[in-house]
This record gives sequence, C-alpha cells and structure tokens, in this order.
Amino acid sequence: MEIIVCIKQVPDTTDVKIDPKTGRLIREGIPVIINPDDKAAIEAALQLKANGKITVLTMGPPQAEEALREALAMGCDDAILLCDFKFAGSDTWATANAIAAGIKKIGKYDLILCGRQAIDGDTAQVGPQLAESLNLPQITYVQKVEINGGKVKAERELEDGYEIIETGMPALLTIVKEMNEARYPTLQGIDKAYEAEVKTWKAADIGADENKIGLKASPTMVKKVFSPSAKGQGLILQGSIKEMAHDLVERLKEREIIQKF
Amino acid sequence: MRVKLTTAYSGPSLDLGLGVTISSGEELEAPDTTEVDNALAQGFLEEIEEEKKAKKGEITEGDEVWIFAEQRNGKIARVVFELLSKGRELADKLNVKLAAVLLCEKDCGSKELVAYGADKVYLVEDEKLKNYKTDFYTKIICDLIKNEKPQIVVYGATHIGRDLGPRIAQRIATGLTADCTGLDIDSDGLLLQTRPAFGGNIMAQIKCKTKPQMSTARPGVFKLASKDEKRKGEMIKANVVVDEKSSLTKVLDIIKAAKKKVNLEEAKIIVSGGRGLCDKENFRMIEELAKLLGAEVGASRAVVDAGWIPKDHQVGQTGKTVRPMLYLACGISGAIQHRAGMQNSEVIIAVNKDPNAMIFSIADYGIVADIKQFIPALISELKKQ
Repeated sequence: MEIIVCIKQVPDTTDVKIDPKTGRLIREGIPVIINPDDKAAIEAALQLKANGKITVLTMGPPQAEEALREALAMGCDDAILLCDFKFAGSDTWATANAIAAGIKKIGKYDLILCGRQAIDGDTAQVGPQLAESLNLPQITYVQKVEINGGKVKAERELEDGYEIIETGMPALLTIVKEMNEARYPTLQGIDKAYEAEVKTWKAADIGADENKIGLKASPTMVKKVFSPSAKGQGLILQGSIKEMAHDLVERLKEREIIQKF
Repeated sequence: MRVKLTTAYSGPSLDLGLGVTISSGEELEAPDTTEVDNALAQGFLEEIEEEKKAKKGEITEGDEVWIFAEQRNGKIARVVFELLSKGRELADKLNVKLAAVLLCEKDCGSKELVAYGADKVYLVEDEKLKNYKTDFYTKIICDLIKNEKPQIVVYGATHIGRDLGPRIAQRIATGLTADCTGLDIDSDGLLLQTRPAFGGNIMAQIKCKTKPQMSTARPGVFKLASKDEKRKGEMIKANVVVDEKSSLTKVLDIIKAAKKKVNLEEAKIIVSGGRGLCDKENFRMIEELAKLLGAEVGASRAVVDAGWIPKDHQVGQTGKTVRPMLYLACGISGAIQHRAGMQNSEVIIAVNKDPNAMIFSIADYGIVADIKQFIPALISELKKQ
C-alpha cells in the first residue's frame, strides 16, 4: 500500500506575539515542531503501511526540511518539500491547489493522510480542500481506522460520539491526535534520515497553475492581525466568605450569565 | 479599502506589509498595516472610491445571505439559530434576504428557521439526506449556490460544517474563513470576518475577494435572538437527485457516546480546579458546582498529572484552549501555561487563598479565600436562586 502523509511545521506554542509596528507575527526564537495531528497521521501511516511505502510531503520554507527528516527518522520512506516563493502567502484554497499538484506528480497512492488541523491556523480546511482537488472521498476527524479487503473503515469523531464510515481507495483521511501515541525515532532511523534525500519541488516542477497558488491567487485576504486586548486586573471582592458568595452570584445574575443557562 | 500606486511613487512596486506588494497599475485591497498608513500619508498610495450600496430600506432580490441549517437526526443544531440571529443583522445591513438551507429526510424545522429570522428556506427532502454525507451535501449545496448566487454563506463550525464548508469552497473556487467569532459588514459592503488563530492568542480579520464569501462560525459565540412564531417566510422546495451508486462512502453506523464527552471547547461555563483543592476527594466539590451551573469541568495540569481527573479535562497550553462565557478558576495559581488556554474567556472568576496568585491578574472578579470553604458557600448561595 502506498500512503502519502501531508504535514506542516508549526511553532511549538500558541503563545505568539505580534510586532505592533509591522503587524507581523514574531516567529524568531520560537522552536518548531511537526504539527501534533500531523504526527498522529504519520504514526497511523506507519501502522497501516504493511509492505508498502510512505511518502511524507510538506509545503513551506527551506527549514521545513527538518520536519520531513524527523518523519523519515520515524520510519517514512520518502520525503518531498514543496518550496517556492510563488507558494508564499497561500490561503487554504491555494495551499490545497499547490499540494494537489505535488501529489499528482507523485502519481500513485492508495491513501492520503493529513492531520485534522494545524495548531497555528486551526482551520482544518486544507485536508477536505485537497480531497476535493483530487476528487477523492474524504473522512475527517478520524479517531480509528482499519483497512480490509481494499476498503477503509474509519471512526469519525462527532461532538457527542462517532460515526463509522466505509469507503473505497484511494481516499483522504484527516487524523486527530488522540488516535495514537506517536513513536520516537530510533537512533538507526535518525542516521538513515540524515543520509536520505529530501526532494525539493518548485511550482514549475509540479506544473502548478500560477493563477491558483500564492498570495495573489488566494480568495481570502488578511486585513489585520492583532493581539486580543489583555484583560486588566478586575475587582477583588470583599467581606466574609458568605458575603462574597452572595455578591458573586448577584454580579453574575446582573451580567446575565446565570439565568441564561 | 482598495488602493493603487500614485505617480508620486517612482519604484516598480511597494511593500504594504503582511506579505502584500503592489505594483504600478495594479489595484488591490489594502491590508490594515502601518506601511499602508505611511504610504497614504506620503501620497504614494491613493484610495479608489467605490460606488455606494443601495439605499437603506430597499430590499434587493438575489445577493442573499445564506445559513446552512445543519440537522442531525431530524433536529436542527442550536448553532443554526445563533447564525440566523447574526445573519439577520448582516442581511439587514445589506438590504437583502436571509435564507436557510435545509437538507433532510422530511422537513424538520423550516417554520422554526423562519421564526428565528429567515426570510426564505431552501428545503431539499430525500431519505438519502437523513444523515450527513460529504458528497451528497456538497453536490446539492454547490448546485444551489450556482443557481441562486448568494453573496454570503455561513456554516456552523461543527464537525459537519468543518467537513462540508471546505469541500464546497474548493469546488466553487471561493474563499472560506474557518471558525469565525465575529462577522460584520464592512464600509465597502463586504463581509468582515474575525477569527482567532494560535489558540486564540492572535486575532485576524479576513475578507474574501470572491463570491460567495463563506465562513464557518463557532457555536456559542453569537447571541440567540428571540423567536417570533408570527414571522412569515417563503419556502422553496428544491428538487435534487442524488444517486446512492455515485457515492463512494457509506455511513455504517452512528454511535452516541455512552458517557457524555468532555466538550470544553464549546462549553458556555467551565469550572476548573487546581492544586488548591488539596486532594482528590475535595475535587468532587468542583464537579458538584459544575453540575449546578450546567458547566463542564476543567482542570490544571497539576491535578491531571496527580490523577485526580482524566487528561481530557485539562485546560492550558498542553491541554485544551477554551473561551467560555464564564471561567471559574478554583485553587489554580495561574501559571502562564494555564492562562494561555483560558485567558480569552469572557468573564473570569478566580478563587485562591494567595492574594499574589497570577490568576488574579486576568480575573474579572477575584476572591481571596480558601477554595475548600468558598465552594460550599457558593453552592448554597446558588441553591437559593
């Protein structure tokens, strides 16, 4: 079975700040990791692959190669980096178009696994958008998956339970991190990963349509980014424990928090 | 604001910040940056005047605002009514009609959708639409969008909406903004979408250059308007044929969790406990208080590590990021890792016996007391209500 896993390198925290002068994110000095849901997708692929092959793919700046090497060290067989200034500033629609072009160049696959969502953008959109671009069936929020007789059977998480969905292959699944505990790379794996070749493909290499990638082609545009205003110190209630409890309940009623629910 | 370079600027292109550059002869939507402000002040950029929207009061046909009326098992999701309340506001600002799109086995609430503000309901009934299926729902809604050309379509940011929205956006090649917490109409008549990123530590305002402008919006954010049973609406039955054989997926079963799942992200109220409770037994007080308030139970990392409560209750950087209406932090000191996960809650109450605890720095109401004494007092006060 041939599996393609799409991953993203993200800052190792959600505690990021904005430079008030430029309106840009301050990324300097923040360590980067493989996005947690994507790491679970790698682990899922390793458990499913049997005698097959896993290709790990990302789109990003040159340093995203580190994330690919980590995936190779975990046991993936091949790694591809889509890297070109022409991809820069892509929104989820344009990102899906670029990745779809990369996957078409890879050609053969039975399964595409993505993480459900990345911890930086939190959109959960690229997976389904990629499935649509490749005209594949999708199962999102997958918490459990098995493959039998050429069919994929997956548990799709819902707000109050889950549903079991069956589909043929090829298909695209987005994986939630709760599915598994991702393995650590072995020393051997790390050695191998350093020697392995990471292919870098530019927009022209994958025949990406320039009207469908990058900032200008993206249908959405960011008007403004800002830090939500930090709360100032509020009111410290006074009195005996009983008085404070009474005071608090009154204030919550006033703010319509208690009656409402 | 759309802008172009003036003749005062001699270079071939100008950096407008946020990765946007403008070349001479080009017109584009300016990001809200200091670069743009400076360039406007220096006369390098000029704003392009756009024609004004229709006068207030005249409702124009077409260009509708649509809300996807998600139903599960014949029951319309609460978020749909929240979105109709917000959608009503948007449609009124634009002087257009508000419509709900309901796909189901048998009409399960078009009257209710009208009562909550819809002028129109597009109803598609078919037994194959009883349960949500990505391919059928995508096809039907894409066809409706192509025929009716709404200007805005909003979906609840639920497990269904977040599966369906991106699929539709890609098929009809339009923009989709995920998980919005704010929707408004800008001065140029476009949808201004506000959403959190980086777990809520950054907010972004996003606009869409294509039509329809689409968003998924977070449940529990928009205020529910009151229901008006007397409202009249138009029902449009759309005939759509979907063929089971054309579908690649099959829903084999839908299983309700036997135990209610912890749903901190969507909780309106969260009561969270920390080390100040001293032991596992005392933690039961948190559960009692939460039950009384109809709240979910949260916890700091320390008590999860101590095994007082399972990990899916953990709030903070390595746990869940939450923004309920009310967050009650009980015996939690408020380390940065915990605050990162809850500081965007609407109202924060902190109870801690240490007056210097960090949690007080972000609390709307602070109570300096031993949590083990305060909770019973609060419980008895609430029971009086």
